Amino acid sequence: MCHQSVGLIQRAIEYAGMATVSISVLKEITEKIRPPRALFVPYPLGYPLGEPDNSELQTRIMRAAFSLLARNDFPVLESFTP
Amino acid sequence: MARLDDVDLAERLFLKGYPFNRYGPRPNNPLTTAITPLRKPLSNCSVALVTTAGLSLPDQPPFDVTIRMGDSSFREIPAHISPQLLEMHQRSWAFDQTGILRDRNLAFPLDRLREMRERGEIGAIASHHYSFMGSIVSPSKLIKESAPEVAHRLAADAVDVVLLTPV
Repeated sequence: MCHQSVGLIQRAIEYAGMATVSISVLKEITEKIRPPRALFVPYPLGYPLGEPDNSELQTRIMRAAFSLLARNDFPVLESFTP
Repeated sequence: MARLDDVDLAERLFLKGYPFNRYGPRPNNPLTTAITPLRKPLSNCSVALVTTAGLSLPDQPPFDVTIRMGDSSFREIPAHISPQLLEMHQRSWAFDQTGILRDRNLAFPLDRLREMRERGEIGAIASHHYSFMGSIVSPSKLIKESAPEVAHRLAADAVDVVLLTPV
């Protein structure tokens, strides 16, 4: 349900004029919600930024997510490759 | 990648039967299809975080895990706090909470944003960030009230970009 909640919040923020990108660990749900931009990551529920205390991996995931902001082929739904 | 098959049986059956399409994009409703392009380089943008990890500060009321259809309220998190101060209140036991309890940046990467700001990768960190508790089964209050209110506050704070992290 978290992924649906995020999708709905994400749309409200886009509607208010800000660009958004979400990180998703549940591709099956996010593909139904179809937010404007989402990065699928290969980690379990509860681990959207990969691993605790792994700032290098967390930063790489954030950079990959932010890189989707430059695209305009909506919806931008991409997979992160560690 | 987590799969629906990883979720416990009761939750999985619920999710498989849930009418997600009801809340998908609808061509005649701009609220469901709105897209805002990035208008300037990320290095000039103010960035905010929104999570559904159910995080709150010790002096804030915790999320109400007893509301059957889900607590659609939110908590405003000032940018100056240490993320490790945040408490987690979650109705969902569908996920492993131990990672976030060890390092809040796993769902609320405020320390990573600070590093990106220091390196000039982003322009600024928004003055406030927002936390929801997921598990909102009946999202009409979220759609009508709390999500637009958070969007309004973010816009008033001159935020350009929002990174969202479900758990």
